[in-house]
Amino acid sequence: MSTTPQAAKLFGNAIGEKGNYLNASRGIKSWLLTLDHKRIGIMYLIGVTVALLLAGVFALVLRSELFTGTKMFLTEAQYNQMFTLHGAIMVFAFIIPSVPAALGNFVLPMMLGAKDVAFPRLNLCSFYLWLFGTGFLLVAMLTNGLDTGWTFYTPYSIKTTSAVMYATMGAFILGFSSIFTGLNFLVTINTMRPPTMTWFKMPLFLWSLYATSIIQILATPVLGITLLLLFAERALHIGIFDPAYGGDPVLFQHFFWFYSHPAVYIMILPAMGIISELMSVHAHKKIFGYAFIAFSSVAIALLGFLVWGHHLFASGQSTLLSLIFSAITFSVAIPSAVKVFNWLATLYKGSISLVTPMCYALSFIFLFGIGGLTGLFLGTLSVDIHLHDTYFVVAHFHFVMVGGTLTALLGGLFHWWPKMFGRMYNDFMGRVSCFLVFAGFNLTFFPQFVMGARGMPRRYARYDPEFQIFHQVSTIGAFVLGIGVVVAFAVLVYAIYRGPKVGGNPWGAASLEWQSSSPPDYHNFTHKVVMNDPYDYSVMVYDEDLDTYIHREFTVPEKPARTEPEPTTT
Amino acid sequence: MSSVDTTAEVHDEHHDDDHHDHGEFIAHHFDTPEQQYDSGKLGIWVFLVTEVLFFSGLFCAYVLLRYHQPEVFVAASEHLDKVLGGINTIVLLFSSLTMAWAVRAAQLGQNRFASRLILITMVCAAVFLGVKAVEYSHKWDLNIYVASHYNYIEGYHPDAPSEGLAGALGVSQSLINLCVLPAILLVGFLVAGVIYRVRESQAMSALYLAMAVMMGGFFLGAVGGQIYQNAAESAAAHGGDHGHDAAAGEHAEEAAVTGPDTTSKYPPPIGMFFSIYYIMTGLHAFHVIGGMVALSWLYYRCTRNHFRPDYYGPVDFVGLYWHLVDLIWIYLFPLLYLIN
Ligand SMILES: [Cu+2]
Repeated sequence: MSTTPQAAKLFGNAIGEKGNYLNASRGIKSWLLTLDHKRIGIMYLIGVTVALLLAGVFALVLRSELFTGTKMFLTEAQYNQMFTLHGAIMVFAFIIPSVPAALGNFVLPMMLGAKDVAFPRLNLCSFYLWLFGTGFLLVAMLTNGLDTGWTFYTPYSIKTTSAVMYATMGAFILGFSSIFTGLNFLVTINTMRPPTMTWFKMPLFLWSLYATSIIQILATPVLGITLLLLFAERALHIGIFDPAYGGDPVLFQHFFWFYSHPAVYIMILPAMGIISELMSVHAHKKIFGYAFIAFSSVAIALLGFLVWGHHLFASGQSTLLSLIFSAITFSVAIPSAVKVFNWLATLYKGSISLVTPMCYALSFIFLFGIGGLTGLFLGTLSVDIHLHDTYFVVAHFHFVMVGGTLTALLGGLFHWWPKMFGRMYNDFMGRVSCFLVFAGFNLTFFPQFVMGARGMPRRYARYDPEFQIFHQVSTIGAFVLGIGVVVAFAVLVYAIYRGPKVGGNPWGAASLEWQSSSPPDYHNFTHKVVMNDPYDYSVMVYDEDLDTYIHREFTVPEKPARTEPEPTTT
Repeated sequence: MSSVDTTAEVHDEHHDDDHHDHGEFIAHHFDTPEQQYDSGKLGIWVFLVTEVLFFSGLFCAYVLLRYHQPEVFVAASEHLDKVLGGINTIVLLFSSLTMAWAVRAAQLGQNRFASRLILITMVCAAVFLGVKAVEYSHKWDLNIYVASHYNYIEGYHPDAPSEGLAGALGVSQSLINLCVLPAILLVGFLVAGVIYRVRESQAMSALYLAMAVMMGGFFLGAVGGQIYQNAAESAAAHGGDHGHDAAAGEHAEEAAVTGPDTTSKYPPPIGMFFSIYYIMTGLHAFHVIGGMVALSWLYYRCTRNHFRPDYYGPVDFVGLYWHLVDLIWIYLFPLLYLIN
């Protein structure tokens, strides 16, 4: 099989004269002031990984403390601070920006065949807001700590002496970082699609990022004003959330969950988008039910705004209102199930290669399935009264956020890593990390369902002896999970330095980002990309000369050579 | 199959330099000026949506609190001066007109005319804040603060300040305090404008002088507002007791008796109105200040002749923002000032 010279340029590692995005310019300044979405994505990736590891260490400290049920090395007050900071950093500084801002930033413009996002400066601004916001959270940690839980519930958050003002300021700034990312992505997808890429020719990852952007834009400002009011409450005692002045503390809960329930979908929707890509590419089969998956993303985004009251079943909310919120909560299961069924149907009769990203994707389906289904238990009014504020809730949302989002993030990283750095990792070790994460995760959180159902309340530093065995299994699992995550990152980082080089399209994927060199050129593409169905893998054929997949257009030698772009004259 | 022909445009380096084809302000990652304009337009609209949602939390809190204590809101809004609020409404409406006109002028490439209109808009914004400063300071003099510090006693009149600058001018110390920063800015902008003029940097000089004129607008609003305030006070003093209705008096007395005591069984509910009032108008004022900064930037770009029929996006986008700031005030004014 022979190739045209363009193929070598498109799918080999020929790059423009500026070099690839990693070596186009050097020095710390060229990174800190960059407007390149790829570099900003990498900086975000480093940032959120540090946040993940920090908050992960907190989690291990918590689990260690819980090994015996009596005091080991944390006082009750320190325990409260530890779980608060674990939650706040994980939610605001890690999960919410993780997939969209790190992976999305890198992949989104390339999937569109574009040079950058619509507002590159705003993109960099988002990153620095993330940095400042996270910095404020750390300042809160280092000054008085924070013991309100990540939810900042009033009136306790008005009264506590811990550093609520720094923490709310941090979360407020992180909120704006998130809004600007969402705004940027929404505008980019709307206005920078190539003319022939209609909405229903977009990769599904873009659909999920679009739905995520809508939530970021519509929900996050409400968190902003809520935190601002809480800030004013602390600074001036305005009394709006304070019953002492005729204010309403439950209003805070409504405001907070009006954001924070949709925020759950900010965390899980991009993860679902990754899974759609991984399922299809690594089963080498066209995605099943494209339109259903696309619309279910939007349906989840919109329904997500109407269910926040399910967090207030035990807060004295009217029964009728609880009933309505419960019913709408159940309805979210429909689009979620639509996605899972379509992924499974995609696997059916596909030629599945069990590479690392696919292993993570399969873990995702299993874990997200459990996380989603246990959500139905909690959405049921009577059952929730029993399970409210128990470990059952803790296990449920960790299955969605860690089993779902973190697993998908790792899968996505293993999938796009060869594109980002032009090197392949050790696939065996990748699968080992996946096994450790999967086993460790289940060991950690499955016992928590049992504990919770038997009445173990969340956020308690001490517990009765009957729960000890569950806590001990959970603690051992947490360390296995921690080791799994560290192994995963070690495998990835090792690959950057020692991994074998790969061509532009090692998986045979058909979406546009795989039509660039690996790592991509400074301007993403050195040639005009060839538009095709992102899930039609028949157009990609393996080329031995380049040791990568190339577009069928370039395999016929008789085909007239396409004209080169005009040489640069400056 | 013609999939090779259906290709996405990929940019080449030379786009960065051909200023004369696409204009010098077309970012390298856009294909056409239209694409850049459309992106900016969608971006600003989405941003305005987030702004509306940002304020929506306050409107929700307002509705909830007013629903629970309607009589408190009726009584408390008596403390707000409808005339000053009305003047500010007219000022902002007028500034919206000049802003819209400035957009049109920029679209036609009339940079000089657009800069004049933008300057008027800037001055209006500052006048608004000057009047607001009079309103705030008057309330502070009467001990009308947020709920926890609300301590107004019915019929209380603060003593006229007798010493210092406040005594000399016959205005309250609070107002003087609010005017310190604007005064520093006014002088600073004037000095900067003169320095740049000496250095013959015309655009920068024009910018700073325009900002000085803008700060002059603040004092125009403050002085005008205070003159009205003094007249209204003396009219009220001579006109005898035409004060608040019984309910208001009752509540105020209750507030005065119990004070901001957090352990009290009967908290002063009237202060809650002012918590909402200060947060809403304060946040709005913050947006006005943001608008003034953006408008100053536009003024500078007008003096540099940046705008032309195929590139006037920034004026359009800031204009949309400014209309939203006006619109929010259009809602705040009746909700806070015109209850009953
Ligand atoms: Cu929820």
